[in-house]
Amino acid sequence: MKTTNELPQAAKARRRSPAGEALRHLLRHSSGRAGIIILTLLVLIAIFAPFIAPYNPTQILKDQKRRDPPCVHLLGCPKEEQQHLFGMDSNSRDLFSRVIFGSRLSLQVGVATMAFAILIGTLIGAISAYAGGWLDNFLMRTMDVLMAFPSLLLAIAIVSILGTGLINALLAIGIVSIPRFARLVRSTVLTVKDLEFVQASRAMGASGMHILFKRILPNAITPLIVQGTLGIATAILDAAALSFLGLGAEPPRPEWGLMLGEEKNSIFSAPHLVIFPGIAIMLTVLGFNLLGDGLRDTLDPRLTRAGK
Amino acid sequence: MPQFIARRLFLLIPVMLGVVLVTFLIVRLIPGDPCVTMLGERATPAKCAVFLERYGLNDDIFTQFWRYLGNLFTGDLGDSIRFTRPVTTLIAERLPLTMELTLLAMFFSTTVGVLLGVVSALKRNTIIDTITMIIANIGVSMPVFWLGLLLAYFFALTLKGTPFVLPPSGRFSAGLSPINLAEFWGLEAPTGLKGFLVEFMSNTVFINVIITGDWKLFWDALRHLILPAVAVGTIPMSIIARMTRSSLLEVVGLDYIRAARAKGMTERRVISKHAMRNALIPIVTIIGIETGSLLSGAVLTETVFNLPGFGTSLVSAILARDYPVVQGFTLIIAIIFVLVNLIVDISYAYLDPRIRLE
Repeated sequence: MKTTNELPQAAKARRRSPAGEALRHLLRHSSGRAGIIILTLLVLIAIFAPFIAPYNPTQILKDQKRRDPPCVHLLGCPKEEQQHLFGMDSNSRDLFSRVIFGSRLSLQVGVATMAFAILIGTLIGAISAYAGGWLDNFLMRTMDVLMAFPSLLLAIAIVSILGTGLINALLAIGIVSIPRFARLVRSTVLTVKDLEFVQASRAMGASGMHILFKRILPNAITPLIVQGTLGIATAILDAAALSFLGLGAEPPRPEWGLMLGEEKNSIFSAPHLVIFPGIAIMLTVLGFNLLGDGLRDTLDPRLTRAGK
Repeated sequence: MPQFIARRLFLLIPVMLGVVLVTFLIVRLIPGDPCVTMLGERATPAKCAVFLERYGLNDDIFTQFWRYLGNLFTGDLGDSIRFTRPVTTLIAERLPLTMELTLLAMFFSTTVGVLLGVVSALKRNTIIDTITMIIANIGVSMPVFWLGLLLAYFFALTLKGTPFVLPPSGRFSAGLSPINLAEFWGLEAPTGLKGFLVEFMSNTVFINVIITGDWKLFWDALRHLILPAVAVGTIPMSIIARMTRSSLLEVVGLDYIRAARAKGMTERRVISKHAMRNALIPIVTIIGIETGSLLSGAVLTETVFNLPGFGTSLVSAILARDYPVVQGFTLIIAIIFVLVNLIVDISYAYLDPRIRLE
């Protein structure tokens, strides 16, 4: 009885799930660990935003002065004044609450645009590699043309067609990110599709779809995860940039880039209005960049480890 | 080598055609009536009829594209709706500033980036290395426009009264402007390509100063561009620093470096003569790729520093729905980007002969 019970358990202990194994490696990697810590905190802040933020992010506090600098009781701000950790913005709203709620938007923005870009990119890349011939040529030349524009500027041009607004800005950023993923998936499919294990699957009578989704595409998952994570960082920066220019999110939405754009002229009179949203963007982007670097080093042994 | 260049040029044709097609489609893809979109409240049926006729929007799409292509070859990018002036004139006025900003930022990012990367690699796993890489990681995560605002605050307000104070906005100090070269040479309002070039050179400060010798203007313009260039160059600088570090570390481990050391070369010579030469190859590629980020950064930074360049004009044209300007400016930026990458590819092949044979 005992022996039969022990065997599967021992096997279980030695063979962790691939995801668990990756996480263990990642936590040993210094930038990966830092990235995970930053992002975990951010996700928690985003989830519990209503409990952390003392005010509604769009609520105008009429009794408070505009552009008031931060007032923290612990740091010597008189007790009779109301506490505002990051101060007040130009519309008498609590900046701290706005920055806290902004985390929700930025995380959603990053993940949604990348999910869109990866989905479409994978589709284009897979079709291109699988079909070959003129279709491959056509799709890849289209990708070349998209990459002939600096990505943020192409996003700006697309927004000019679609019209300004957060959703259109996201769509634009998603579109300009597609070529990277399409190329990545195409090259993976091309390398793998004539290997023996795929031929074996084909010989056993598997359908084309089965081979593509079950045999070939899993090989692209690792590089997609790495590129996707780094892509989220870029997407958040680009979305903030579009909102900063007035082409993305519309007021009074608590979007960090928009907050910077609205308050850029307050930099000399009320620098806190510029400093805090900027730090928020920087930390979020840093988190995804560090996590992406960590994932690249731990998940993909083929890539050089010199950059570690 | 000539064969390689010829092949790269040939490959450029479809990409360029695609770029032209995309910029052409920008205007045609706008949902709704183009006249109402562009003229807004001023759109009356009579005005619209004139408008559609003037911009040739009544013809079928192939005729329009053919005409657009033909106009491009004669250097005609259409007229700005807002300013009722040729788009090419606007380009001659606005592009020089953005070009100067991008070049200065490229200079900053390459010199500082390579320097940081080399120091980091030579002092590997020391505190210097750690600090440099933390700087690089933060630098790559900062929004360009935010860094610009912080720099403006620090150098214009905090350092006020010190010799290090730098202007936070504008291209020149009040009262200064570049001497118009057409007047300088006594030309009577030149037109066509000549007019474009004269206007372009007038507005390019470092060309203007060579011709007119107005050094006061040059130093003033340079002081105004330092902060924007640092803001624009920081992300590429960080990427170049990381790339230099990993590329140098990789090369240093190779056999030929050990051989160089074994024959008694000084460490300095080993690094500068042998290792750097090979380590530079990937760095050159990165500089090409980062040109896109520099151009995008320039657009954002101009907004922060109130610089009347390409970026500010592009954004205001989008908000004002001045599509001929959007179209022309996007096209020019894409062409510059494609050409820079062509130059990078060629220099890459020059540095690494294996590429040519591919």
